Amino acid sequence: MTTTAGTTTATAAPAAAGISPAARAQRRRKVAMAILGWGVALIIFFPIFWMILTGFKTEADAIADPSLIFSPTLESYTEVQSRADYSKFAWNSVVVSFGSTLLALLIAIPSAYSMAFLPTRRTRGTLLWMLSTKMLPSVGVLVPIYLLFRDFGLLDTRTGLTIVYTLMNLPIVVWMLYTFFKDLPRDILEAGRMDGAGTLQEIWYLLLPLTLPGIASTGLLSVILSWNEAFWSLNLTTSQAAPLTAYIASFSSPEGLFWAKLSAASTMAIAPILIFGWLTQKQMVRGLTFGAVK
Amino acid sequence: MNRTRASGRTVGGLRTLSLQAPAVTLLLLWMIVPLAMTIWFSFQRYNLLMPGMTGFAGLENYEYLVTDPALWSAMGTTLLLVGWVLAITVVGGTLLAVLFQQEFMGRGIARVLAISPFFVMPTVSALVWKNMMMHPANGVLAWLAESLGLPAVDWFSSLPLTSIIIIVAWQWLPFALLILLTAMQSLDEDQVEAARMDGAGAIAIFFYITLPHLKRAISVVVMIEMIFLLTIFAEIFVTTSGGPGLATTNLAYLIYIRALLDFDVGTASAGGVIAIILANIVAIFLVRMVAKNLDS
Repeated sequence: MTTTAGTTTATAAPAAAGISPAARAQRRRKVAMAILGWGVALIIFFPIFWMILTGFKTEADAIADPSLIFSPTLESYTEVQSRADYSKFAWNSVVVSFGSTLLALLIAIPSAYSMAFLPTRRTRGTLLWMLSTKMLPSVGVLVPIYLLFRDFGLLDTRTGLTIVYTLMNLPIVVWMLYTFFKDLPRDILEAGRMDGAGTLQEIWYLLLPLTLPGIASTGLLSVILSWNEAFWSLNLTTSQAAPLTAYIASFSSPEGLFWAKLSAASTMAIAPILIFGWLTQKQMVRGLTFGAVK
Repeated sequence: MNRTRASGRTVGGLRTLSLQAPAVTLLLLWMIVPLAMTIWFSFQRYNLLMPGMTGFAGLENYEYLVTDPALWSAMGTTLLLVGWVLAITVVGGTLLAVLFQQEFMGRGIARVLAISPFFVMPTVSALVWKNMMMHPANGVLAWLAESLGLPAVDWFSSLPLTSIIIIVAWQWLPFALLILLTAMQSLDEDQVEAARMDGAGAIAIFFYITLPHLKRAISVVVMIEMIFLLTIFAEIFVTTSGGPGLATTNLAYLIYIRALLDFDVGTASAGGVIAIILANIVAIFLVRMVAKNLDS
């Protein structure tokens, strides 16, 4: 007992006193890295920080000389929220992004299941083909989609936007689910397999509970992508079904500077997604690179 | 034994078919119907403002587009935008990935702050930059320049494309960082340690070990960004509306102008076909690389 205590104090003492020059250099390096790392991170984050801060200012303070000292107010928040239209846009965003995600998961789960557990010669080709549909630039098919939507009465409807987002994210959702399902040891699935249970029961009672975290992060990624999507939402909606991306864009009109209100609305629009994003960053890489970077 | 296995396979084939049918059918429709329509319209005379004028146009729309200086200017703008943003994000992302791989106090939080811009919707980031950062009178950058005794820059009228490039690069730098940081985590620490023992400096380690290790991740970043950057739209829509003049009109914005502002479906579709061809040149390489990854 005594000897161990003695050795620890003996080794700890020189380091604490800073006698070893190597250790001192190492420490100096660490401090320098911390300053550099934090400096860069704060500069990159600054516009977001500034936006959040501006949301708590009065309109007069917002356009005054930049200052960290001001009397914070919730004025802009209450005003933005009291406007009936804000909640309408926010509700559209919620319905469309969660609706399209649920729909995409529903369609993708059986497909990913069969690719992971019943692979055939065609599985690889199908997966790659799905990826290739993502490569079709939306602007290239804007005209036909716009005309089809006009003819089917889907322009400026939540249904229309939900359909587009479902199809837009379907390849990513299938790919991510496929990689998660493939990670599941087959033995576990086989051991739990019940006699006489059909494929759908097997998916529902066995696969889903086992891969729930993976499915959840896939869903979150899909929600994030739909929530932030701004090409289709700007082109296919005008007022009734317009989500937050379009609402924020309406602030681009030059008449009057409402920076505090813009900031408050923006902060509310990005806050949930920022938090989702922080939670799913790892899975995000997998999904967005189709598993090519792990 | 053999028989059950064989029958199992056919049953499996049927099951595969029925399980995959919804996803495959929907994606097939989503791809083929609009694509076919775009190609069809691109050979038609079709302007929503002139309902009487219809019919086969041959290559007229393409001819009109190709002889229109706006197309070439838009192509140039697209390439400049993609090129600059790629250069900034790849170089910056690599350096930042190395930085955030070092151990320091509060590294986790610093990382999270640095990747945050990627989760901000494009309309918000464009407006925040346009108003609060780059506003010639009340923006933070103007204030910063003023306090340093420099003249304030009217970003969007004197440097319109540069401003867009800055905004887009700010949004995509975190993406590059996120991917490269993830790739960095599979770097063999023993190898780095061994190189250090042999007397390799930090710069040599970066060029001979880190960079080769990141090669694949960098090419993934380049290709994925390229696909998104070729059709940047919202950032231009809310800041400059393609102007002044055509200074910030890229291919995506030009098609939008032709289709939804001029109602010229034929020409817009021809532009769409060009955009699809451009994107596919990039996509072929990406798909090939991912395919290689599936095999290994």
